Amino acid sequence: MSIISKGIEKIRSNKRILFIGYVLLGIALVSLPFLLSNTVGRTWVRILDFALIYAMLALGLNIVVGFAGLLDLGYIAFYAVGAYAWALLASPQFGLHLPFWAILPIGAGVAAIFGILLGAPTLRLRGDYLAIVTLGFGEIIRIFLNNLDHPVNVTNGPIGINKIDPIVIAGADLTRTHEILGIQFSGAHIYYYVLVLLLMITVLICVRLENSRLGRAWIAVREDELAAQAMGINTRNVKLLAFALGATFGGVAGGLFASLQGFVSPESFVLLESIMVLCMVVLGGMGHIFGVLLGALLLTTLPEILRSTASPIQESLFGAVYIDPEALRMLLFGLALILVMLVRPTGLWPGTTRKQLGNKG
Amino acid sequence: MDIFFQQVINGLVLGSVYALVALGYTMVYGILGLINFAHGEVVMVGAMVALATVAYLFGYFPEMNPIVMVLIAATTSVISCMVLSYFIERLAYRPLRKAPRLAPLITAIGISILLQNLAMIIWGRQYKTVPKIFSFETREFLGANITDLQIFIIVLSAILMTLLLLIVNYSKLGRAMRATSESQRIAGLLGVNINKIISFTFVIGAGLGAVAGILVAANYSVAHYSMGFMLGLKAFTAAVLGGIGNLGGAVLGGLLLGLIESIGAGYIGDITGGFLGSHYQDVFAFLVLIIVLVFRPTGIMGERISERA
Amino acid sequence: MQKNFLLIFMVGLFTLVGCGDGGSGTDDSGKIIKIGHVAPLTGPISHLGKDNERGAQLAIDEANAAGITIGGEKVEFRLLSEDDEANPQKGTVVAQKLVDSGVAGVIGHLNSGTTIPASKIYHDAGLAQISPSATAIMYTHQGYKTAFRVMANDEQQGKVLGDYAVKTIGAKKIAVIDDRSAYGKGLADEFEKAAKSAGGEIVTREFTDTTKTDFTAILTKIKGLNPDVIFYGGMDAQAGPMMKQVKNLGITATYLSGDGIQSKQFLVLAGEEGEGAYASSPGLPLEKMDGGKSFQEKFLQTYHEDIQIYAPFTYDATSILIDAMVRADSTNPESYLPLLSQTDYQGVTGQIRFDENGDLRGGSISLYRVKNGAWEYIETVGGE
Repeated sequence: MSIISKGIEKIRSNKRILFIGYVLLGIALVSLPFLLSNTVGRTWVRILDFALIYAMLALGLNIVVGFAGLLDLGYIAFYAVGAYAWALLASPQFGLHLPFWAILPIGAGVAAIFGILLGAPTLRLRGDYLAIVTLGFGEIIRIFLNNLDHPVNVTNGPIGINKIDPIVIAGADLTRTHEILGIQFSGAHIYYYVLVLLLMITVLICVRLENSRLGRAWIAVREDELAAQAMGINTRNVKLLAFALGATFGGVAGGLFASLQGFVSPESFVLLESIMVLCMVVLGGMGHIFGVLLGALLLTTLPEILRSTASPIQESLFGAVYIDPEALRMLLFGLALILVMLVRPTGLWPGTTRKQLGNKG
Repeated sequence: MDIFFQQVINGLVLGSVYALVALGYTMVYGILGLINFAHGEVVMVGAMVALATVAYLFGYFPEMNPIVMVLIAATTSVISCMVLSYFIERLAYRPLRKAPRLAPLITAIGISILLQNLAMIIWGRQYKTVPKIFSFETREFLGANITDLQIFIIVLSAILMTLLLLIVNYSKLGRAMRATSESQRIAGLLGVNINKIISFTFVIGAGLGAVAGILVAANYSVAHYSMGFMLGLKAFTAAVLGGIGNLGGAVLGGLLLGLIESIGAGYIGDITGGFLGSHYQDVFAFLVLIIVLVFRPTGIMGERISERA
Repeated sequence: MQKNFLLIFMVGLFTLVGCGDGGSGTDDSGKIIKIGHVAPLTGPISHLGKDNERGAQLAIDEANAAGITIGGEKVEFRLLSEDDEANPQKGTVVAQKLVDSGVAGVIGHLNSGTTIPASKIYHDAGLAQISPSATAIMYTHQGYKTAFRVMANDEQQGKVLGDYAVKTIGAKKIAVIDDRSAYGKGLADEFEKAAKSAGGEIVTREFTDTTKTDFTAILTKIKGLNPDVIFYGGMDAQAGPMMKQVKNLGITATYLSGDGIQSKQFLVLAGEEGEGAYASSPGLPLEKMDGGKSFQEKFLQTYHEDIQIYAPFTYDATSILIDAMVRADSTNPESYLPLLSQTDYQGVTGQIRFDENGDLRGGSISLYRVKNGAWEYIETVGGE
């Protein structure tokens, strides 16, 4: 890894190379969906959409777990809050059809409030006690969403909310296929661009946060809460801000998910999803923004890659299909989690925060 | 009143099982500070192995004394779970002992996915049931119904838990375990074989888990490869409620959680005037947990750790 | 080695993507007709998903054995089965995957929660989708001409059950339990409506969830209210243990439920305690139908396991899809969709005709009761 980071360091120092790099990256990002839909199928554009949504989630959770060191096992609750906020404000459910630029901040805001609601009573808890309370919080939110069809119907309960409005820009529904300059753009394709843009903003915010006063305070709290307090950091506010900011990203990601799917139901927000997002953060490299991005992209695409390869590989190795492809897919996925962690206990692409801090301090 | 008493009995049966599983979590946590998320799957394997053995014996030796049959099945199941758990620790946790705190959590989740899908491949996707080899009497007790099996579950759990407490508190091995949990380094310096103690802890926890799995399968007469996850989660909640790392706390937490769930489901509607119903059973349980932790941040029986533990 | 690990990992992954697609992307032009099937094949309800897949596979095998010619060409059908993990997000991914791989129609999905979001993708692609088991009313009421189901919806079945509980069983006080799934809730809601309007009193509505096996708390509460009938909206895996607990607690109320428990699995799980339980199932009993018995036998022969619940429905769904293609003499959805909506097919689950929404028209509902450890057919209600 040090070769790569040294390389990055070298590139950073040269502005021209940096500029060319950005341009190349931009071209790659713009052309990726064309490449995918023409080689491996349009499904992959959709998978990429979800990968980007999960990347946003993982970055949000990274603020809580990676930066501030607060183990959160119920993070999916904020995703759910954001998704349902969008669903309730832009669907026939209540006949409300607010435009996306209004709902997105509302969803983010509501999620942030929930983040503070979760954070406030748990400030005194440490480590694994916090984990179980956040897990409980996640389940409570899901159970409420699943049951708020009675006595007053708010969420339709387990049946879910359908016909959610997509993002509409200048009268164009972004989930439909549009033709621009003679090129066909499918809904998933257009959403990809929206998501890439939002993810870039998210990454930018995360990078700025990490290097801000607040970011350093988080890391101080993570490394040694008592010492941080002694240094004059208001640990209560710092922790609450971590929960609130993390939740905000979750809320935005949830809203985008709802508008892309056009349908939400509580099945999308189960505990396993929280655990998967946590896996993305830890497996990628906790606390390191690009590591977390890598983790999210890998863990969302790996099961899909295995989906199309489990059977052919089995056939080519053993000449026949002995194990159901779906069972094999999950076996390999479980195995991959274990092996990656055994080979790289600090994650695939960990940050070097601790060392840097040591040098600077 | 008899309804209330029935709810208490329901809660105690459920709670005994939670307590047995919670012990597995809490023992490992006490020594390694690790949430062994794969423990629920070990419980599932325990149930499945026992069922498969009974089904096999029942099919080939229908004349066999049912008690012998159950004993053979239970032994097979306990031993297989112990072996399984030994290897899980060896392969997935030991190499990561010095790694960041969350690394073993991910391998635990990997193991959990692996075991669930292996069980699906081995035992099939169908729900399994227990062949009818015993018939249990239902007794009336102060206006409430309780089956012999349920009495057996409560008694057996109590015996096993007492036994475990005795081992940990009064045997040489137990002393070594406690020393390891205080400080692995110091215990090692004092001549305790840390690796052996940790393996032992996993093995004992797995044995208790296997028994819990068998009792669950017998009581509800159903077993499935997906049964471990939720059960494990509930037991983990129970362990935290009681104060994770504390054996007595796990027992207390398990019993309490069982009681809270059954009384919550039974009376939540009456308490809230019909606004909330039994669908908020789990919400109720988690709320109790949160309230307890707000006032006692380390659980009911957890020690008050100083800020720098 | 560690330095290069990431690189190797990534390279490996992308090679996998490449070769994975190469494997599935080839097909002989026109001769092979792909039909998609989606259900959860991993996770807690994979036993139902696999069952569905097997039903569809049998129909495909039969069609291939019969040697069907479409558009003057001999065709071979092939089932592409995907796993949606009962997860709505994966549901849309695999839906898109099936569309990409050029299926001529789709059988699925199993749950309403995955069927509904996926139906939009099939609709946009103009592909026929026939769900064997999604009962949520919403699914066929989205105005999509591509969405069909061969299963009675919640309203149809709940109404029959509610009437039956009050008028035939003679229940005055009824306790309703549901499992908080889209299916269980939908059915229980419709049951409650019908039972009330038939003059029954709902004494309590209790809830559980699909991960639980302990129902003693809610059953004890129900016992205190002393109802005549307990209605459960949910699946067999839970109804079995629940039935045992009902008897252990000394509850004498009659147990009634929907198609989710009308299975062999329920009989196995409930054991002796299952005696006397009622359940409904859409359509007519398999034994009474032409080809029903032979389907049952063939299923057992091929897979060495009993039918769970919905295999006969996927079998019929696949058969009517192929039937529509044959009648249209085309596998192009544009040509066969109008004919699919005019289906009038004698399937193993009953006479299949669709109304303007794609719902089963005049779907009849049969009632069964457990007697001597087997489901005994009582009567068929509704239908034409």
